[in-house]
Amino acid sequence: MAELTSTSSMHAEKLTGRTQQIFFSAVESDRLASPHAIEVDFAKSAEIDAEGRSAREVNQDIAARMRDGCGTITVLNPGAKHSLGVGILNRLNLNFKGSLGYFGCGLSDGPNIHISGRVGWSCAENMMSGTVVIEKNAGSTFGAAIRGGDLVCKGDVGSRTGIDMKGGTIIIGGRTGAFSGFMMQRGRMIVLGDAGQNLGDSMYDGIIYVGGKIAGLGVDAVDAEMTELECDWIRRKLEMYGLEAPNGVENLRKIESGKQLWNYDSLEPTEKKLVL
Amino acid sequence: MCGIAGLIHRGKTANIGGELLSMLQSLKHRGPDSTGLAMYGSADSGRADEYVMRYKVAEGADLATGFKIHDEIADRFNLVRNRLAEYNAVVVSVEDSTPYARRCRFRYDGDLRRLADYLEDIEGVEILSIGKALELIKDLGDADTVGDQYQLRNFEGTHAIGHTRMATESDVDIRSAHPYWAYPFLDVSVVHNGQLTNYWNSRRALERKGHRFMSNCDSELIAVYLADSIDRGDDLEESMHRSLRAFDGVFTYVVASDNKLGMAKDYMAAKPMVLYESDEFVALASEEVAIRSVFPHEIETIDPYEGEVRVWQS
Repeated sequence: MAELTSTSSMHAEKLTGRTQQIFFSAVESDRLASPHAIEVDFAKSAEIDAEGRSAREVNQDIAARMRDGCGTITVLNPGAKHSLGVGILNRLNLNFKGSLGYFGCGLSDGPNIHISGRVGWSCAENMMSGTVVIEKNAGSTFGAAIRGGDLVCKGDVGSRTGIDMKGGTIIIGGRTGAFSGFMMQRGRMIVLGDAGQNLGDSMYDGIIYVGGKIAGLGVDAVDAEMTELECDWIRRKLEMYGLEAPNGVENLRKIESGKQLWNYDSLEPTEKKLVL
Repeated sequence: MCGIAGLIHRGKTANIGGELLSMLQSLKHRGPDSTGLAMYGSADSGRADEYVMRYKVAEGADLATGFKIHDEIADRFNLVRNRLAEYNAVVVSVEDSTPYARRCRFRYDGDLRRLADYLEDIEGVEILSIGKALELIKDLGDADTVGDQYQLRNFEGTHAIGHTRMATESDVDIRSAHPYWAYPFLDVSVVHNGQLTNYWNSRRALERKGHRFMSNCDSELIAVYLADSIDRGDDLEESMHRSLRAFDGVFTYVVASDNKLGMAKDYMAAKPMVLYESDEFVALASEEVAIRSVFPHEIETIDPYEGEVRVWQS
């Protein structure tokens, strides 16, 4: 793995001690996961009751069950606690029976998470891959800075949805608040309901699709034309999560960056190295 | 950061003291400096001239400044009693809340603002609230500390608002703690989470109209602004809509009057608010954990949107 990354000139530096880095492997035999990912069996399941326990204890319990090989974990009575289900860098089916508070499921890379209730602010912040599906509503800064994966809320979400998102897909079954897609850099956002003021304000790249009314576009956010290819992709995505565009996918309004504020290219630093 | 909360029972009274303290204790991590509650009880005697007043004559920290302060506090309490008598206000009852704060019920049919100004002219005296139903209590420490100190755990009433404060731009003292009473209007109080960036300009404009400010806390501006707007004939909801256009900054605030509870969120929607509403009960707070401290089971909650104003009646 180290050889692969160095030969592609991505990581030429030799780092030691605390600065030592271990890189993600793109080779299928390495399980497309972080080097410390645990082999889990999806048929092996466990239940965790969060009642009366701190978020830290619950998260440690999830990690312990994964180390035992459990691939399907259900958390009962999450009670809107903050920071549950965070930092999971593993394949895992994780179900929350209830609602989460702030910062739920952040920094995740790989798990498929289902939440039967609602989530508070900053759900799935910095998600790298996997899926997070919420059956009810979500708070503000939903999917802030996500880089990959699918983040789905079947209800309404607050303001600044997908702020600074750098990849992945955010799907909202209902309405989203003001400044959604603010400083968005990549990825796609599908909003089946209405969108608040300043949609896509200062977005550098990425695309936002809106099924309902848009209260107002932000600075440098402009209308664009839908293609058949995009329509097919959106239909497939919505079907995956049991959602439908009320007025048909072909009638979604497509918003992208006017690129008048665009003052840097859209490549990640590592990709820049490859190009250079 | 600060945490704010409010609740209202529709058509009945309940133990709002216990409920609100529980909500505020859940929000302790948002602000441990001070805790305040504005509760609307069943204290109204039905007499048009009878009021309940909560006031303080010193800060808790003053007690550590020497022996002399205890005499000064006693003198200030005496001065308040004398000035009430001087204005022909009849004291019905007086209860000590703390060594430096009291609850006083009195009858008075004169100009309430003149009386309030006369009392606050005494050094160290601040009227926290005067109302028919409103009782406003605030002090340093978390909700459990303040609740025990002022014996609020079994306070019966219809609705209440509360605040846990993380001091940012003004001092850690009772004067800068929330809620704020909308002086001199009976039974109007406000709690706020956020920053008002046009505070000084707006404050100067209101001071020119004759309103007084007791602190340098921007949250007090909301209370005084609403009081001024109500004074000019707007109802509570209109005043709240007007405030969203008048204030710059990021803020969410909760306001209560004798029979109403309201919330307003600025156009940037940068400060949180979670809302639960049923036919019998409405609860709102900065975080859902606060509401879940009253309703441990799964509930349907929403986040109000930018520029949204909502008002409920008890």
